[in-house]
Formats: sequence, structure tokens, C-alpha cells
Amino acid sequence: MALKLTESEFEIERDPDKCISCQVCVRQCSNDVHDFDSDDDIIISDSQKCVGCHRCESMCPTGALKIKEREAQFKTNANWSAHHLHNLYKQADAGGVMLTGMGSDKPYPIYWDHILFNASQVTNPSIDPLREPMEIKTFIGKKSQELKFDNTGEEEKGFSIKLNTRLSPQLELSTPIMFSAMSYGSISFNACRSLAAASSGFGTYYNTGEGGLHRDLYKYAGNTIVQVASGRFGVDADYLNRGAAVEIKIGQGAKPGIGGHLPGEKVTRDISNTRMIPQGTDAISPAPHHDIYSIEDLSQLIHALKEATRWKKPVGVKVSAVHNIAPIASGIVRAGADFVTIDGLRGGTGAAPQAIRDNVGIPIELAVASVDERLREEGIRHRASILIAGSIRSSSDVIKAIALGADAVYIGTAALIVMGCHLCQKCYTGKCNWGIATQDPYLTKRLNPEIGTRRLLNLLRAWSLEIKEMLGGAGINAIESLRGNREHLRGVSISDRELSILGIKHAGEPW
Amino acid sequence: MDSCKTQLYKCEPKNTQEYFSRFRIPSGCAIFGIMDEAGTAFSGSSVIDGISLMRERSNGLGGGFAAYGIYPQYEDDWAFHILYDDKEAKSQAEDELGKSFKVLFSEEIPTRKVIGVEDPPILYRYFLKSASSLPSRKDNVNGADGEARSRTREEDYIVDFVMRVNRGITGAYIISSGKNMGIFKGVGYPEDIGNFFRLEQYRGHLWTSHGRFPTNSVGWWGGAHPFGLLDWSVVHNGEISSYGTNKRFVSGFGYECTLSTDTEVITYLFDLIARKQKVDLELIHMILAAPLWDEIERMPEDIKQAARALRILYGSALLNGPFSIIVGSNEFMYALNDRIKLRPMTAARKDDRLYVASEEAPLRLVCPSPDYVWRPGGGEPVIGRIKRAGKKEGHKAGAAVKQQDKGK
Amino acid sequence: MKRIYINEEYCLGCRLCEIYCQVKHSKSKKMIKAFKKELSDVLPRVLVEEIGYNSFAIQCRHCADAPCVDACISGAMVKNENTGVVTCDEEKCVGCWSCIMVCPYGVIKRDLSSRKIASKCDLCEDEDIPVCVKNCPNEALKFGEIKDGGLTGSKKDVWSK
Repeated sequence: MALKLTESEFEIERDPDKCISCQVCVRQCSNDVHDFDSDDDIIISDSQKCVGCHRCESMCPTGALKIKEREAQFKTNANWSAHHLHNLYKQADAGGVMLTGMGSDKPYPIYWDHILFNASQVTNPSIDPLREPMEIKTFIGKKSQELKFDNTGEEEKGFSIKLNTRLSPQLELSTPIMFSAMSYGSISFNACRSLAAASSGFGTYYNTGEGGLHRDLYKYAGNTIVQVASGRFGVDADYLNRGAAVEIKIGQGAKPGIGGHLPGEKVTRDISNTRMIPQGTDAISPAPHHDIYSIEDLSQLIHALKEATRWKKPVGVKVSAVHNIAPIASGIVRAGADFVTIDGLRGGTGAAPQAIRDNVGIPIELAVASVDERLREEGIRHRASILIAGSIRSSSDVIKAIALGADAVYIGTAALIVMGCHLCQKCYTGKCNWGIATQDPYLTKRLNPEIGTRRLLNLLRAWSLEIKEMLGGAGINAIESLRGNREHLRGVSISDRELSILGIKHAGEPW
Repeated sequence: MDSCKTQLYKCEPKNTQEYFSRFRIPSGCAIFGIMDEAGTAFSGSSVIDGISLMRERSNGLGGGFAAYGIYPQYEDDWAFHILYDDKEAKSQAEDELGKSFKVLFSEEIPTRKVIGVEDPPILYRYFLKSASSLPSRKDNVNGADGEARSRTREEDYIVDFVMRVNRGITGAYIISSGKNMGIFKGVGYPEDIGNFFRLEQYRGHLWTSHGRFPTNSVGWWGGAHPFGLLDWSVVHNGEISSYGTNKRFVSGFGYECTLSTDTEVITYLFDLIARKQKVDLELIHMILAAPLWDEIERMPEDIKQAARALRILYGSALLNGPFSIIVGSNEFMYALNDRIKLRPMTAARKDDRLYVASEEAPLRLVCPSPDYVWRPGGGEPVIGRIKRAGKKEGHKAGAAVKQQDKGK
Repeated sequence: MKRIYINEEYCLGCRLCEIYCQVKHSKSKKMIKAFKKELSDVLPRVLVEEIGYNSFAIQCRHCADAPCVDACISGAMVKNENTGVVTCDEEKCVGCWSCIMVCPYGVIKRDLSSRKIASKCDLCEDEDIPVCVKNCPNEALKFGEIKDGGLTGSKKDVWSK
């Protein structure tokens, strides 16, 4: 057998003074990195197999382990970085498409970090959210009706009014944050349950992704957005009517232009039932929907889904942020969608070819700015809500996103991190040591939904409080007054061109 | 006021629309309004007295008045007040006017020299009838419906014309564009501006007034309040922190905000919601100063559904940040505070007269023994209406969703 | 009486419960010192049972009607009337192993480090929560009382009603 060119990416440092040979690390590593030698009573670690998930380091009761990324083992080369060498060695050994998981880790500019938010002083008092009302309730759906009222009261009896128009169906969110589409299959059932329970507990929504809706999650159906992806997994009339809203998935940010892939080994009986496919078969979602080859086909599907749900649920469309996102979004809105979800370059995934994840798409900040601008220019902004996803890392990202024009945000990676993910990017192996991106029952036990739910609720609560603080600081007490309010944003250290695409002024420029 | 004090920037004329539009100027200030609901005209001197009592609230960099019912001899014709920086701008504007209107009469607005009011621009007024070349539609202008439609078309046309001139002709700015009303404003204390324009000689049934305290020294006459479009006039004390959102909202309906003052966007919101979308005046506070979700939950079912729907659909029209505004039109005077009452406003009634001001003192000065005085709550409108013969007495102040206590 | 309840669905089989139990009952009470210097002397009182991917940790159930208390010939095994905890008085224990033979759960072990003593869970009476429960990384052990169909006295957070 030829010499293996691939080398370990990680170094495992074990402090012998602290290691008590309790073997927790041996038991917890699904990649068999650690091994206990009973003769010498020590633990030996094979760093070649380590994926850098930090499970052993977290579990070690004495803190004896340190997992470090192996530094410059090659001669320093700004062009042929270690990353490129590793990839070439791997491809030489295997000859296939290189897969990866989670969102792109390439150093493309992060515009959130170049945008600053405003605060009010002197001419306009800031508001203290702990003492005064601060409203972040958000409604997702079409808002283009003309309201008709009947004046029912006589003037002496007092004012009375009756609404004669029925509003389009709306989703009512207690905070402008929802959980992104992550399918049962790409993540474990316990992870899905945590997301569902947290959404229900906080008053927001989560998305089934293309995995269908598991029977045990029916009780959370009122907080579920069901997805209709190109593979139509799990889609039937019951599924559509159970959810609170329907989302047609055309693309996702991590892999624009291609469909999902769940290997046959991961299609257990449970997944087979939920997705309505035979057990053990690969679940391959085709790249396009084979009944949507043009915008009028999309319009047809949207209306078919509205008919199937008796026009009682919002029906929206999810697309990746690509170069032409503004006219695409405009077309989607005109096709009748109640909301448009845009997933940016840095969106996460359970499995995607590395080349596509890292090189296809555009950052969500630019996408949302240009879509909001285009829809407003065409006078159709009120016909659909804009939801965005693709690496929202903190509450300040949420604030900036809404000020750029989004109605609400979806978080995926942040939710998984809160449940334990350490971004080792090996989700596609199905060996997630944290019990998230796996179906192995030994591993899925590791995510206790009680703990997962609690952590997600804490995340939502913490971010909501921070959002309220920032709103109050800017003298705003209702989040609808921040939407599209670019006057409250300033850019810093970015070019004029980027400023103009984002539609914001540079820091230092007053109103 | 040496505008070239600092050498950091080149000295450039600061009294132009162009310079003015570069800066967003939050409004400090004073507001005052008087309406006679019976339609009886009265002189502008009481308003001038009232606003002068609030001199402390201004800094002399802007003052203005809106007056209704002052041109009874041209009751059904458009009355345009236009300011010009120079004769060139005037001749360009008059060309445009000639193309679209029949100019019945025009003259320089009569003024007198007043210390404190320096370097006035050319101030002209025109009385116009729409030209027969106005775009007319296929449908016949018969019946009330047809009449209303043609009136709306004409109004849209005026709005369009005003925006074109204000954006397109440098040095010309149409200050007011209504019928039987006019806006008089400039750089100076409001009482001085009132004297300058000889407002004591005019008689109208509704007067509003404003004194400014802008936070940078921009001296452009067109930037003072009231801001006017058609027969709307808006005087405004406050700063709209939702300005960016509101601006984007109205721009989707064709209103371009060019002036970077919040007052402009309030006027456009009113024109859009009250005139074009015909939302009842009683409901407008539920859009501009929407009740809190908690309060909506506690409302009786019918009103709750209405309030909810208005808030969901018009979220981008919510005015956030502190404000107190008085909106005038030929039919009504409408005053409103932001929903958490971050600016002062007091109102009073005596016989047919309704008074609204930033403070109680000017009310007492002009009306020593009112029937009742009250301070409207946040988001609670004060509405004065012209009483028509045979119609029941106009609304007691404020929509009754929140009951105010009278005589406090 | 507050007891330890087992949630085997979420037991990882990591055996951290055993480790913390050992530390608690060691002389030094410090993990590294206990393991490096005292290991052979310290027995864990909780045991992890494992088959395939199923596992759970079990310790003395502090039975209402404890067979070990009846079987004890020296009176070392005692059930405290107030707290309900069953403890072994090490001074009195003679190492006859009768308790081990009758225990239906098999949670008593022989401690041969010095004298022969029966070793079992004492519910960490000087702690507010037994250390196995406190340190379980996946909350597979819970400590509390069953009341009104639910477990009270367990971990409270801002979400519980």
C-alpha cells in the first residue's frame, strides 16, 4: 500500500500529571482516538483520527486534555496554504468529491463586523427596556390588503369599529428569531425535539427542513414551518395542513444549485417512515424541483400549496443568495409568496461539497440590502416578508439585519452551537460526538432534549433582551420602526461601493 | 452669525435648499394651534401672541404659520406660496406654472421690515386654476363618484407638480399648495416672522404656528415649519427615530423625501393614509402612535381586531421617537403625541374654539378662562372639525378608545 | 423522602458518576490526588450497567423496607427514621456479606482495602445534592421527591412553572 500523504490536523496534548486514566475520553470518542493500555496503565492517543470536536476535552474531569490545531507543519507559503495541501493529499487518496459540513470558514469579508449601530442622545431620549415597554413582536406574512371598516358606534355611546377585511394569514413571533431548517436525518431526533420544544416554549417557530415531520413532534405542530423540498420527502396533505406555514425550498446558502444527500446508512426505520422512502436507500434531493423550471411554475406550486392548505397558512419560498438575488426575489414575490427566505454564503449544512460551500453564493448582508431596496423600488415590499439566514452569530447581527430590511432571522449554526456543536465540520460522517448530527443511538443519547431545550430557550431569551437594550438605546420602542431603517447604521472600513450596495452612510457622517 | 468662523470647511452659502438637505435636523421647539369649529375667521394676532410667549423654546432659526380660510375670494382655486433664491428660479418656475395652470392672479407676498428677519428670499403667491390640458380619463365626470375621482386625480397631479418643481428647479421651493390657505415661514423667531408677513391683517378659522430650535446653523427659509402639501400643514416638535423606516415606506408609494427633516415624512404619511387610502381620521392614531400589544389584548374584541390589523399592516408607518404634531387641513385640526408621551402638549376648549400648544401658558394668555383644559395622553389625538349645518356637534376631543379626563 | 431517580434514556456510559463518587469518599477529596495516590483504597458506591448502547447508573435504592437492614447481623445497617437514608456503620460492620446476598439490586460491594466492610451509597448526606447527580454531564440522574405526578426538588430553571 502506498505511503499515506494525509497528516493529522490536530494535536492532542495530555498532561500526565493530571490524567487519572478514568477512560472517559476512551469511551466518549466515536473516532477511536484514545486507547487504554492496561499493562502500563496509561492512555495513548492517535491524533491522526482526531477531528477536533473537543468532546474528550470537555468531558475530562481533571482538564488533562488539550486539543490544538496543528500549526504550520509545512514551510510557510501564503499561496499554497496547509489547507490546500491537505485537500490535495486527501483527493489523491480517495479520488472523490470532498465533503464538508457546517458553513464556510473562508475569510470572506463579514459585513456585520463593518456595520455599527446608533444610539440616541440629547435630541431624542433613549429608552430603558427594563422599565418601559419595548416591543419586539413580529408578524410574518403578506401585508398588502386595503382595510375596510364599519363604523358601528354612535358618537355618544363611544367609539366602536368593526374590521371588514380578513388579513392574509400571519405568523406571530414573540421575537424576530426563528430556528433554521435542519432536517431530521441530518440531525438527530433529540436535536429536532429540542428545537421544537424551545420554539413552542418561547413563542417562535422552527423549520422541519426536508426531513418531513416526525409523529412525535406533532404536538409542536403549531410552531412548525414545514418545508417542501425538491425531494418532497414526507410531503402529503396531512403534513401541509399540520404545520403553521409552508416553505418551498429551492436552494440553501451552503450549496446553491445542488440538492441534499443523506446516505443510505443513515436512513433508519424511523427516518424511512418520516421521509416516506424505503429504508436503507439514499435520500437524494434533486438539484431543481423537477416541476419548477421557471418562475410561472413556481407560481403554480405556490397556489397549489395554498389550495391544499385552504389559504389558511402563509406559503413562502427559500432561495440561496446568488448574484441575481434581487430580481429573483422580486419574481418570487410577484409569484404570490407570502415570505421569501434568503440563505447566504455562510449558511450551514450537514453535508456539502467543499468546493461549492466555499465558493458559491454571496454574503447575506449584501443580499438582504439589495433585495429590500429592489422590492421597495418596485413598490412590492409589503407583499411579502423577508427572512434571512446564513451565519447570524449574535443579537447585534440580528439588529443590523433588521435595520437593513429583514423582517426576521433564522438561526441554524448558532442553535447547534448552543446544543454543544464545536464546528469540527464532520457532520457528514454521522459520528457527531455531541449527539447532534448523527443517528447512532449510542451517540444520540448524548443530547438530552431537556438540556437542549433549556439552552435554546436561554439563547432566545438572552438575545431578545439584548435586542431590546439596543433598540432602547436608539430611542425606538417597537421593532417595526427599525425595519429598513438604514439611517441607524453606519459602515466602517469598507469601500464606497460596498456602502452604496448596503445603502448606508459611513461612520462620521451625520443624517 | 458668521458662517465662516471655522476654517475647516470652505465657506459656502448655507441658506440654500441644497445645503439644507444634506443635514438631518432634529426639531426642538414650540407649537401652537387655534381652530374655530364654527368656521368663524379671526385675526392672526392671537396666534402670534401665543407663540411669542414660548420664545425660550426657539433659537431664532426658524418660525412659521399656517392659516386656513384666508383667501375667501379665491376659495376654489389653488393658492401657491413660492419662495425663490433669485429671479432666474422665479422665471423658470413661472414657466412651469404657465404650462399646467391658468394663473388668475400673482403678487409678491406683502411684508414689512422687521429687525431679526434678515435677507428674505423672493416671496410670491399665485392663485391658479387647473388648465384644461390636465390629463382627463375616459370615464365621465358625472355623479359624486366621478367627481371624487377627478378631484383625487387633480390632487395627485398637484402633488406631482410640487415635487417636480421642488426637486427640479434649483432655487425655487413651493411652500404651500392648498386652496384657501397659505403657509408663511422663514428664518427668525416666529413672532418676528408673523410681524414680517403682517399676519395680524389676515383672518382665518384655523391657525397653526411653530418655532424652531435646530441643532446646526442652517438658515434656509424653506426649512422652517410648517411643512405643507396640498392643504396639509404639519408643525412638529420632536425627532422621529423611525424616520428611515417611514421614509422607505412612503417612497414605495411615490413620495420622495428630499428635505431630510422628519416633518416632511409625517406630511406624506398623512397624505397617503388619510387622503389616498381614505383611512378614517378616528383611526389614524392607531397607526401613527399605535397602542402597545398589551393594551390591544385588553381591548373589546371588535376594536382589538381592528387595532391589530392596523398595526400589522401599517407597522412601517408607526412614528417612533418623541413627537407632538399639529396637522392642519381645510376640514380639521389634528394634534397627536407619541405613544409614550415624550413631548409636552396641552389642549383647551372654549365655546367653538379649540386650542392646542406645547405649554399651558400661551393657552391661558390667548383664552383666559377656557371651559376645560387637559393634557392628552400618549397616542391620544385631539381633533377639531368644522361643524356643518345640520350635522351633530363635532367630536369631543380625542377618539374615545382612551377617555381623557376633562377640566383637569 | 428525596431519592435518586434514573433516566436511562440519557446515560452516556461515561462513568463520571463513579469517578465523582470515588473522590467524595476518598481521604483527600481531591480528584487527582485521590486517583494517583489512593485509587486502590477507594470504591465507587454507584455502578454503571451497560449492554450495547444502553446503560444506566444504579446505586442503593434506600428501600422503604430494606432487606439489608433485616439481614445485618451486627446492626451496622441502619435506616434513619427521619431522613430514610440507609447507612452502614463501618465501626460495627463485621464483613459477613449477608447484606450483599439479600440486596435485590446488587448495589453493595465488598471493601477489602483495610478491614472487611460493606460499601454502599450513603446519599451524600452532607451535600445538598449527591455528587453523582450533580456531576452527571447529561442529567441522567435526578434527585427529588415524586409529588403530584412530577419530580420536585430537581433542577429548577427560569422556565419551570
